[in-house]
Amino acid sequence: MSEKKERMTGARAIIESLYREGVEVIFGYPGGVLLPLYDELYDADIRHILVRHEQAAAHAAEGYARATGKVGVCLATSGPGATNLVTGIANAYMDSIPMVAFTGQVPRSLLGNDAFQEADITGITMPITKHNYLVQNANDLPRIIKEAFHIASTGRPGPVLIDLPKDVTTDEIDFYYPDKVDLRGYKPTFKGNLQQVKKAASAIAKSSRPLIYAGGGIISSGAHEELLKFAEIIQAPVTTTLTGISSFPSGHPLYLGMPGMHGTKYANYAIQESDLLIAVGARFDDRVTGKVQSFAPNAKIIHIDIDPAEISKNVTVDIPIVGDAKNVLASLIKHVKKTERKEWIDKIQEWRDAYPLHYIKEKNNLKPQFILEQINEVCDDAIIVTEVGQHQMWTAQYYKFKEPRTFISSGGLGTMGYGFPAAIGAKIGRPDKVVFNIAGDGSFQMNLQELATAMQDDIPVIVAIMNNGYLGMVRQWQELFFDKRYSFTCIKGSVDFVKLAEAYGALGIRVTKEDEVKPAIEKAIKSNKPAVIDFIVECEENVSPMVPAGAAINEILDLERKE
Amino acid sequence: MRHTLAVLVENKFGVLSRVAGLFSRRGYNIDSLAVGITENPNISRMTIVVRGDEHVLEQVIKQLNKLIDVIRVMDLGAEESVDRELALIKVNADKDNRAEIIQIVDIFRARIIDVAAHSLTIEVTGDEGKIEAIENLLKPFGIMEMARTGKIALKRGSKSP
Repeated sequence: MSEKKERMTGARAIIESLYREGVEVIFGYPGGVLLPLYDELYDADIRHILVRHEQAAAHAAEGYARATGKVGVCLATSGPGATNLVTGIANAYMDSIPMVAFTGQVPRSLLGNDAFQEADITGITMPITKHNYLVQNANDLPRIIKEAFHIASTGRPGPVLIDLPKDVTTDEIDFYYPDKVDLRGYKPTFKGNLQQVKKAASAIAKSSRPLIYAGGGIISSGAHEELLKFAEIIQAPVTTTLTGISSFPSGHPLYLGMPGMHGTKYANYAIQESDLLIAVGARFDDRVTGKVQSFAPNAKIIHIDIDPAEISKNVTVDIPIVGDAKNVLASLIKHVKKTERKEWIDKIQEWRDAYPLHYIKEKNNLKPQFILEQINEVCDDAIIVTEVGQHQMWTAQYYKFKEPRTFISSGGLGTMGYGFPAAIGAKIGRPDKVVFNIAGDGSFQMNLQELATAMQDDIPVIVAIMNNGYLGMVRQWQELFFDKRYSFTCIKGSVDFVKLAEAYGALGIRVTKEDEVKPAIEKAIKSNKPAVIDFIVECEENVSPMVPAGAAINEILDLERKE
Repeated sequence: MRHTLAVLVENKFGVLSRVAGLFSRRGYNIDSLAVGITENPNISRMTIVVRGDEHVLEQVIKQLNKLIDVIRVMDLGAEESVDRELALIKVNADKDNRAEIIQIVDIFRARIIDVAAHSLTIEVTGDEGKIEAIENLLKPFGIMEMARTGKIALKRGSKSP
């Protein structure tokens, strides 16, 4: 049934369309060409979060999307506003997160004229969006918005950008919101091919050392329950990629943690020994595979992915199944039998006992791993967002995630400055959760201006800075491979983070000793306001273990620092 | 190895740069690309000749299929398809050698479409080999300018895609 047509401006039509898509929050920043749209937003029934830099709008929209599973929406003006979104859009594209980005644009008559604040944002974002639109006619707005939300949230999710020339938002149209999208070039495969599923089931039956390698696709398709059931039935251990973390309960006896460069030794050994690797919603990233020619040398590979282009892109796959992870796993469960694999499980337990994740505690030095364990103890069901670098890897290694969508981190693009705005977005999507942004002193400085956003909109996220005075991950590589020549990685004494927090009106706490850690975390949670905890940690702690670039993943080194 | 791809796309602005951009940023080499509308004015047909092994070809096809504006991608093998290219060649000609050039044109069933005091412009259609052959024969006279359309191709037989 089509609804009655109503006469309205393009700007109003955008708001009406957003209502119909169920949008509850927009992260944005106004500007000249967006005035008509912002005038409509002024009393719209949609929450608007005013960020302090457009990059943060895109990251916050992504954090919101990751925490809730809904489409994140951000908005920026033309020219610099739009180009400031670019990093956030690229980040969402690399990690396949559903997002719709709206950008203002100069009026159609000025397009291509190098007008004030003009940038060809559809041209710029072509390689980092799933699709994008330059709206040429206000009558197309409802259809385009409908399509954008559909494309962003179905198949392999991703960001879609809609560029809005100013006069398109002021033109009047007869508003009508379509019920369906009709895109003949876009029909993602949802159901797995039954023949392939049966082939996979028979390979699983024949395997004595199967291993599940699960990625972010488990989380986007909501397949965590199926994954657990499947792993338990076939008694296969599970390793999850960085973006797959939280899709499988950390405490489970079958869980091996993360594989790859900073993964656990036992996950990497298990991959190398496995005779059947079952990849689900993961894409064989180079940080996982290490030297790709030596990756899983003894294994047949089953690859379940919604994106056919991922099949056999990096490694040759024996049994591909294109489809939605949840759907395919559910179908596989029907075709596999309960199997005991005592020998394999025992072998893995041996590795687990022999090579646990570990670090060395020091009397006068606070260790970041210890802080993460303490955060875990105080609050084991938080949403943990991270920036990018050493602290990110320690979080992936040491926090025990229990439920999906509680770990949010920039995986593919590795964007420093991502965590804090993403944490703000996550807290808005899940106000019931305690939200931490685990940060480095480098990363936090890339988007710390968002303290103002958190204060203005009363968004109580806790920034836990692992302050080592270095751009730690790069320093670690310089230590190991460049003869400790710490070229431009020392940032000691940048700023007093406690005073900085206080300047914004947030809570600031400095922690230098072990016994202060827990009280500081508790105090920050209890304050229920934006908080920054400046943990002064050991400067030259390394992330361990580590697979050097270009090595096979079983050539994994211990790098723990000895006093 | 060279492959000819027929790509049906939505006839919308920007679609050419989406396709071209995909090739350039993934480092795939395009030998030729021809675009035109089809029997359906909403659909354009691109004929793309691309160089690469089977793995590259498979990725190219999959990546093209990911573009929302791409409706269909077909790999046209040499045996099951017909292809043609058109070239315009402007060649030096005066009264002494004009007859010789006209003879070549006749042999190739090409056409002369413009005559001037010191030049002839020739239209020739055919597969790549034929166009290269006439080009080689005309070279000694001095080719002043040349334009080629790039290959267009269809599947053989009565089946439409």
